[in-house]
Amino acid sequence: MRREPPRSLADYAPLVFPALMLTVFFVVPFSIMIAVSFFRRDPAGFYTPDFVVDNYARFLSSFFGGVLGFSLMLAVLVAACCVAIAFPFTFLLIRCSRRVQTVWLVGLLSVLSLSEVIIGFAWSTLFSRTAGITNLLVAVGLMDAPQALLPGFGAVLTGMVYQALPYTVLVLYPALVRLDPTLLEAARTLGASPLRAFFNVVVPALRNTIVATLIMVFVFALGSYLLPQILGRPQHWTLSVLITDQAIYQSNMPFAAAMAVFLVLISLALVGLTLMVGRRESAA
Amino acid sequence: MTVTLLRRLYFALVALFLAAPLLVVLGVSVNEKQDLSFPPKGFSLSWYGQIFLDPAWRSALVASVLLALAAAALAVAIALPLAWFLWRRIAPWANVFQALGLAPFILPPVITALGFLSFWATAGFYGQAWTAAISHAIFFVTLPLVTLSLGFASIDRSLVEAAATMGADDRIVLRTVVLPLILPYMVSGYAFAFVLSLNEYIIAYMTVGFTMETLPIKIFNALRYGYTPTMAAVSVFFVAVAALVFGLIAWFGDIRRLLGAMGSEKS
Repeated sequence: MRREPPRSLADYAPLVFPALMLTVFFVVPFSIMIAVSFFRRDPAGFYTPDFVVDNYARFLSSFFGGVLGFSLMLAVLVAACCVAIAFPFTFLLIRCSRRVQTVWLVGLLSVLSLSEVIIGFAWSTLFSRTAGITNLLVAVGLMDAPQALLPGFGAVLTGMVYQALPYTVLVLYPALVRLDPTLLEAARTLGASPLRAFFNVVVPALRNTIVATLIMVFVFALGSYLLPQILGRPQHWTLSVLITDQAIYQSNMPFAAAMAVFLVLISLALVGLTLMVGRRESAA
Repeated sequence: MTVTLLRRLYFALVALFLAAPLLVVLGVSVNEKQDLSFPPKGFSLSWYGQIFLDPAWRSALVASVLLALAAAALAVAIALPLAWFLWRRIAPWANVFQALGLAPFILPPVITALGFLSFWATAGFYGQAWTAAISHAIFFVTLPLVTLSLGFASIDRSLVEAAATMGADDRIVLRTVVLPLILPYMVSGYAFAFVLSLNEYIIAYMTVGFTMETLPIKIFNALRYGYTPTMAAVSVFFVAVAALVFGLIAWFGDIRRLLGAMGSEKS
């Protein structure tokens, strides 16, 4: 049975349920959110229908500019750290036996599926004064007294790298598996050291993959909504945290929606960029 | 020689980084008294009992599991016909729905959560438990969609061709050839969606956060009133469930293939 175009209306039947569900529960909510971003805030309820651009005008404040700048900077840092750690790691992983690979993949998936709540809780425990890592340092005599390592920028960055690292490995994994092993063999035969072969052959050959992964991890990190709140101070809050805060605690749905629309535009632009990079790779 | 040593060291460092917070949480969860000290003082598993004995924690656990079971089932129910149609028919415009199925997973989750909040609030169902199940199903439909698409792509079309030549119609082919072949992919898609739904916080919070407590919501709410060993025990429980489910997928299926290591069966 070859693939064939649908001939009768009945051939479309399987598509009805998925199409209906995705339209009603994804496209419609999305459209409502865009509409709400132009509505007026109603302190008593959710919003009043209207058409105002005030919610977007608030972007022009220096406070919002600061939050946006910080969110982007943090996401760039997280993406850079993750790719720097994950790329050599994944490269080495695909050279391991099937069994070792399977164990690692199960472990990475388990960490990746963890709730941000749990990751936040775990790191805030690890960084705390009472149960933290500094107790170990005191025990071995490296420190005089245990101290809290949070809240702070370092804690936020560590937590977010932890959250995004398994994701980075799993994004890189298929690309690195497809890498032609003869490339590396050729470099080694010609006398390059393993490190030299890695940096002069593997990294340039996968340049586009690295760029695409950086962007994917960047978008992933932009979505982190709890870690900056649990591990950082208010000045470490990102756009995602601010959206949650405005929607739930300040009950300002229209402003939250406007920020979300803005975040969608940034993310979509970056995903589009990734697709373009990927296309160039397959064309080359 | 030194290369192997360096590789081992690097792997050990990454493993330590990934395991450290979980080990501390594990240590904290067996404290005898209700304080979070590490290394733990005394040994007690009573905090694990709390998850099932304390009514508040137990109802959160039940709510989470029911939500995840329902959401994962609905996600597969949406993904299966869609993936089948995309495999069976040539209809380029139908790829729009595939893109719609993948979008919630790529966009920051806050956006999807806010979309659902405004949708359910506008529709007047805000806070009902079933709205969370539908929202999770849409949010996680990506996972069964990806595993099922992989499953369909792996079907040898000559098998289907043979069945058709022998006189089987679409329905019989689907039931006797296609479904048995993609069953493992369906199960793993369900399992992925289940585990992630169990752990999901922001969408559950924005849809039913004020009327129902799932485990992640309960942990987050409890964080504000101070840390208890029960929270650590629940976290360990989560890690164990995830590791168990993914371990089972790896045991019965080929997790490397699922994660995109196509064509590496030779190794």
